[in-house]
Amino acid sequence: MSVIKSQINTRSPQFAEKDAAMRTLIEDLHQKLDQVKAGGGAKAQERHLSRGKLLPRERIERLLDQGAPFLEFSQLAAWEVYDDFVPSAGIITGIGRVSGVECIIVANDATTKGGTYYPLTVKKHLRAQEIARKNRLPCIYLVDSGGANLPNQDEVFPDRDHFGRIFYNQANMSGEGIPQIASVMGSCTAGGAYVPAMADESIIVKEQGTIFLAGPPLVKAATGEVVTAEDLGGADVHAKVSGVADHYALNDEHALQLVRRSIARLNWRKQGELDIQPSRPPAYDPEELYGIVGNDLRKPYDVREVIARIVDASEFDEFKRWYGDTLVTGFARIHGYPVGIVANNGVLFSESAQKGAHFVELCCQRGIPLVFLQNITGFMVGSRYEHEGIAKHGAKMVTAVACAQVPKFTVLIGGSFGAGNYGMCGRAYDPNFMWMWPNARISVMGGEQAANVLAQVKREQHDRNGTDWAQEDEEAFKKPVRDMYEHQGHPYYASARLWDDGILDPVQTRDTLGLAISASLNAPIKPTRFGVFRM
Amino acid sequence: MFRKILIANRGEIACRVIRTAHQLGIRCVAVYSDADRHALHVKMADEAVNLGAAAAKDSYLVIDKVIEAAKQTGAEAIHPGYGFLSENSRFVQACDAAGIVFIGPPVGAIEAMGSKSAAKSIMEKAGVPLVPGYHGDDQSPDLLKKEAEKIGYPVLLKATAGGGGKGMRIVEKASEFDQALASAKREAINGFGDDTMLVEKYLVKPRHVEFQVFCDQQGKGVYLFERDCSVQRRHQKVIEEAPAPGMSEALRKKMGDAALKAAQAIGYVGAGTVEFLLDVDESFFFMEMNTRLQVEHPVTEMITGEDLVEWQLKVAAGQPLPKSQDQLSINGHAFEARIYAEDPDKDFLPATGTLSYLRTPEENRHVRVDTGVLEGDEVSIYYDPMIAKLIVWDSNREAALSRLAQSLAEYRIAGVTTNTRFLKKLAEAEPFQKADLDTGFIERHEALLFEEKGGSYSPNLLALAALYALLKLDQERQQEAAHSRDPYSPWHGFGGWRLNNNPTLKLRFTLPEQEEPLEILVEASDATGSKNLWTVQVGTHKLLVEGRLTNDRLDAVVNGHHRSVYVADLNNQLTLFTADEHFRCQWQRPDLDNHEFEEASANLTAPMNGSVVTLLVEPGQTVSKGDALMVMEAMKMEHTLSAPADGEVEEFFFAAGDLVSQGAELLKFAATEEA
Repeated sequence: MSVIKSQINTRSPQFAEKDAAMRTLIEDLHQKLDQVKAGGGAKAQERHLSRGKLLPRERIERLLDQGAPFLEFSQLAAWEVYDDFVPSAGIITGIGRVSGVECIIVANDATTKGGTYYPLTVKKHLRAQEIARKNRLPCIYLVDSGGANLPNQDEVFPDRDHFGRIFYNQANMSGEGIPQIASVMGSCTAGGAYVPAMADESIIVKEQGTIFLAGPPLVKAATGEVVTAEDLGGADVHAKVSGVADHYALNDEHALQLVRRSIARLNWRKQGELDIQPSRPPAYDPEELYGIVGNDLRKPYDVREVIARIVDASEFDEFKRWYGDTLVTGFARIHGYPVGIVANNGVLFSESAQKGAHFVELCCQRGIPLVFLQNITGFMVGSRYEHEGIAKHGAKMVTAVACAQVPKFTVLIGGSFGAGNYGMCGRAYDPNFMWMWPNARISVMGGEQAANVLAQVKREQHDRNGTDWAQEDEEAFKKPVRDMYEHQGHPYYASARLWDDGILDPVQTRDTLGLAISASLNAPIKPTRFGVFRM
Repeated sequence: MFRKILIANRGEIACRVIRTAHQLGIRCVAVYSDADRHALHVKMADEAVNLGAAAAKDSYLVIDKVIEAAKQTGAEAIHPGYGFLSENSRFVQACDAAGIVFIGPPVGAIEAMGSKSAAKSIMEKAGVPLVPGYHGDDQSPDLLKKEAEKIGYPVLLKATAGGGGKGMRIVEKASEFDQALASAKREAINGFGDDTMLVEKYLVKPRHVEFQVFCDQQGKGVYLFERDCSVQRRHQKVIEEAPAPGMSEALRKKMGDAALKAAQAIGYVGAGTVEFLLDVDESFFFMEMNTRLQVEHPVTEMITGEDLVEWQLKVAAGQPLPKSQDQLSINGHAFEARIYAEDPDKDFLPATGTLSYLRTPEENRHVRVDTGVLEGDEVSIYYDPMIAKLIVWDSNREAALSRLAQSLAEYRIAGVTTNTRFLKKLAEAEPFQKADLDTGFIERHEALLFEEKGGSYSPNLLALAALYALLKLDQERQQEAAHSRDPYSPWHGFGGWRLNNNPTLKLRFTLPEQEEPLEILVEASDATGSKNLWTVQVGTHKLLVEGRLTNDRLDAVVNGHHRSVYVADLNNQLTLFTADEHFRCQWQRPDLDNHEFEEASANLTAPMNGSVVTLLVEPGQTVSKGDALMVMEAMKMEHTLSAPADGEVEEFFFAAGDLVSQGAELLKFAATEEA
């Protein structure tokens, strides 16, 4: 067992500068999150509370085991996407421990536009279900939603990954033995009515919950029948007459208790098996990550310094330490769980790609979860590298990562550019979870490179036409490109669009990974069948 | 001396007698009812005989069964304890007839003192001073009322056959007389089968001072000084002490001689107590004589160094008194506090339940515990709610009193509501410390002795409760983790880990008499909750807590202050026993399902297990708010259920004589709609 020996001088001015820069980013993130956590605002919250309902975050608090962790997803979903402010896309999702079981919790926030589904609300709901399905986590839906957001119907209703997929997922997960529990704590209209109706067990709250395919106004328009919401589809109707709901709750708190009771009766067993040991904290303070990483992607550091502050006792047994050294691979533990770590330490060369493929194969062979620490500008370019077949070597790594069936966890700790994103298990490679640090950037290439490439093309045009292109003009051309890349590559932009599962404070990386690995063990670790490796 | 005796009693007194008998090498036979199958006195005895069903009238009060048990086991003598058959002359006759020694006075003495009115006339003749009153045989209500007027209000109505406060009423004015008489008679007939009443002057600030006397079969008698039993509630003694504070040697001798004279007037043998009312001007009046060993006899034992049960056994065996008057002296001061299963804050309503948690103070030369119960025992409706006695001794009153308060704090009971907190307040009350005593003490100092309703709370106590809850959570999670397939998972943590947010952990506690739970925010020193160091926020107070929980012992550090606290946790109903207080609160845990499905209705429910005495109104009859609707009897006391509002009783669910369980709906009440 080798322990990483840190080379960082925490008293250097460079360290202090980077530390301050990262703290500014964290500060800004917390500011944004404070706005998001206020939900639909004080007025809407007050109205919600005056009806005797609990706010969605309070519902989650009371649903969880006392003091249990809650790993929330995509807190910044829909941030600055719509003209309306739709905090967290109007839905709170995450993993929480309920009656001793790790569950996916999906809670509508009725204080935000009545809990209606914007396109990103749908995406976030579906992503939570995807996590549930991949990790075999029981699902709890705390329903309080007016259904699809009508002005946005074209982006909510018709396509495969739109509203209907929620129920498709419920049916199929139920079929796979992943429990689906719904608690109706507010309205549950039209399509929304299928959330409790498709659930394995459902709870409805007296004088709060309603379930109907069409609300009173629509009923009146269609048939002339005049009926109150409560008489049409309230708790008494569904718990005593229709049987749509299975349990009758007197209030929110009671409903949450009944959910806990249902979960306690699941006879739930985790199926993933790993060689587990007690957790040991790293030998170095994780807060030092701030001063190591900073906010400037161009300032290099040894990624082992990062690993040392994430893994148990800072113990890291490296694989191929001296070969393909721009990629660091090795075995460690996080919160006692064995992991294989794949981390960038520079641009990818043919050797590093082959080493990566080899290491991923090892982990799959042994059933060890993979953690990718992504900070990659891409694969090396140039004739020498093309000639030695960097494309096929890169493809080996991409094949290995794509096919790997062990749980995969990706953290974007820096840049995520080009094909490097693929080899390092970007979103398209179905990691069980993926997060970004606040300093990270993601785009097809760096803003500067993109601006240069586009400027190059433009200059060639000018050259062909024999026209002049002044230096200032070129600069004026490049600036918006750089700005656009900077804007679109920013973690807020990415997280708002669900390209990840959330932004992570580097200090919380270790705990987050530990929670995620543990949650992933609800599913069995499957054997891997790799595709053809081009030799 | 006897070789084997039978103890015709239960509870602490049975245990008490067995202890001395065993010391003297006497074998003991216990008797028990079905409810007492596993009781302490049965365990302590050498043999035990079942007497029958739980109700005392089917077991402990059945003379034939007791005599049969003695014959069957070859017991030579029977110790009756107090209560039950101890002052029953028919029982003494039955013993005599069976050739079994009754450890107590002869039949004649019991008969003479058994009727209070007869006792008074004997005493009058013997020259013992009496309280003015009517003790006649004519029991017509009109005459009794006339006599009351002659004596002058306030008067005391008392069943001549009664004792222990039952069948007894104070009547303040003429208009209350009829109702008080009826209810006292009802209690008397239920309790003793005899509702003959006497009426006497009610002294406003009297002290209850009694003298312990002892006479042998050889005609010798001594008194073992006095006990002050002034602190009473509902005419039941609460704290007794010996000697009586402020008692001069001259008065002691005068009263002692009078007591002995009273005993000898009836040819007394054995242990007896002569009760006096002592007025502020040192005049005293004979009240009654108890022809048995008293509950409070231990205080006399503590100051004289004598074992009264030993004396009883010796005298009954025909031996002369172990000591003469001049060989007896008073050494120091002793208190006895009676531990009752009752709720002082609810008008001393008797409590039942399981003694799920019971820790008594350590016994030594200063502290003595006479108890008849063990942890896990049931306190039932069948017997007296007194479950134990705490007796302390020290060289003077002040020192003894501080021992009493301290020992009461160490008397830790949960599961059944008891009066220990009340006793402690009493012991610490300034007027009590100053010995400003009289029988109206408790009523007069109500404000000092009872809990404030819906009162304030101490942040420190809640911080302790929170610390307990946290350590308990820690233990539970560790245990769960150990049994899980993922034992080291960070999901087992309970520090309230949140992504990009401060850890969130809230604990909720409900205080007695309050509905809304109090929320306590907890900040763990680390989010996985592994360090067991927390900041808890109680209201505006922030306290740093850490500690260790070993079974019921909580070693706590609150803001750097170390202290040991004991915690009884009965289904999350916590009782914290600190050195100064017994603090109760309900820990609201997420799975505590306390949701009532019943619509809120005006149904009235039984406050405890008991039986229905009478229905006072007809179904359909219109009543006003506060009108009495029915009378229940439980724990030998009556409880009246009153109308919660104007309206009518739609239906009674029980008839007179029916047994009802606590919480049972007794009747359906319909309130009149507001116009």
